Amino acid sequence: MARSNRSIPEINAGSMADIAFLLLIFFLVTTTMDVDTGIARKLPVLDEEQEIEDMQGNDRNIYEVYVNARDALLVEEEKMNIDDLRAGAKEFLNNNGRNPKLSDNPEKAIISLQNSRGTSYEMYIAVQNELTAAYNELRDQAALQKYSLNYTELPKDKKRVIRKMYPMKISEAEPFKQ
Amino acid sequence: MSKFKKNKKSKLAPISTASLPDIVFMLLFFFMVTTVMRETEMLVENILPQATEVKKLERKSLVSYIYIGSPKGNNRKIKYGKEAKIQLNDAYGRVADIQSFIIAERETRAEEEVPLLTTSIKADVNVKMGIVSDIKQELRKAQAYKINYSTRKEEK
Repeated sequence: MARSNRSIPEINAGSMADIAFLLLIFFLVTTTMDVDTGIARKLPVLDEEQEIEDMQGNDRNIYEVYVNARDALLVEEEKMNIDDLRAGAKEFLNNNGRNPKLSDNPEKAIISLQNSRGTSYEMYIAVQNELTAAYNELRDQAALQKYSLNYTELPKDKKRVIRKMYPMKISEAEPFKQ
Repeated sequence: MSKFKKNKKSKLAPISTASLPDIVFMLLFFFMVTTVMRETEMLVENILPQATEVKKLERKSLVSYIYIGSPKGNNRKIKYGKEAKIQLNDAYGRVADIQSFIIAERETRAEEEVPLLTTSIKADVNVKMGIVSDIKQELRKAQAYKINYSTRKEEK
């Protein structure tokens, strides 16, 4: 009689944690939390090239950057170290007509980038990175002055105002064959 | 005095571990949900260059990837040489295949999402710009203007 009254023994759930831990460790190990990051660019429409070539005559507003097959940098027909490129580009963009060799104002300024087919991708990205950094720093500066906030912290409409002050104009010519 | 003595004698109650599985399960579900298993097998070597001025690539479903690098592994190196190759999805491709690749990628997406498609160029550091320029030219022909040079983020 006493026997039938006995309830079913409870299943021991003590090892549940171990099982869950095992699974957890598996997922922990296999997870790669890499967020894809990169430098965003917009390619020009195919026949816009003509337009840029026409503008080549206005030398003052064009900042020529050339990277050769040995990854050496030639900026405005002078050798330059990659570390100086950011400062050089900033000076060119933010000239506002002071120096007659540099740009009239940031809106007109164009950075013309040309590379050779033998340039390494690493160097190309480094140059792109420096040029982007120059624009970003100028935008940050302007945003701080105008709204006392960093550019990335601004709301969309204010970002647009700043972007209009410093439009990113990087034109890329066809690479040299060599 | 006697009051305190009494307290000292009684044992500290053991901490209940009954909720431990729940906590672990919570963590487990978090990792299960966030894990993305790699979809494509890498056929090319792919060490990305470093950059500081990077942007996050949002909405991964709207990104198509083009991998460039020299063939991965010794067997493939013997078979295909050391020259940089393009990988589209799971196979090697040629520069001429890129336009059809972009069109195929577009077809898998809804029509209203097509203008938002981004092409992510994942090129190895040792790749020369010649092949990258060719690809960019093809992308322009295919009217895929939004691109992203994939990089690793470098601390400033």
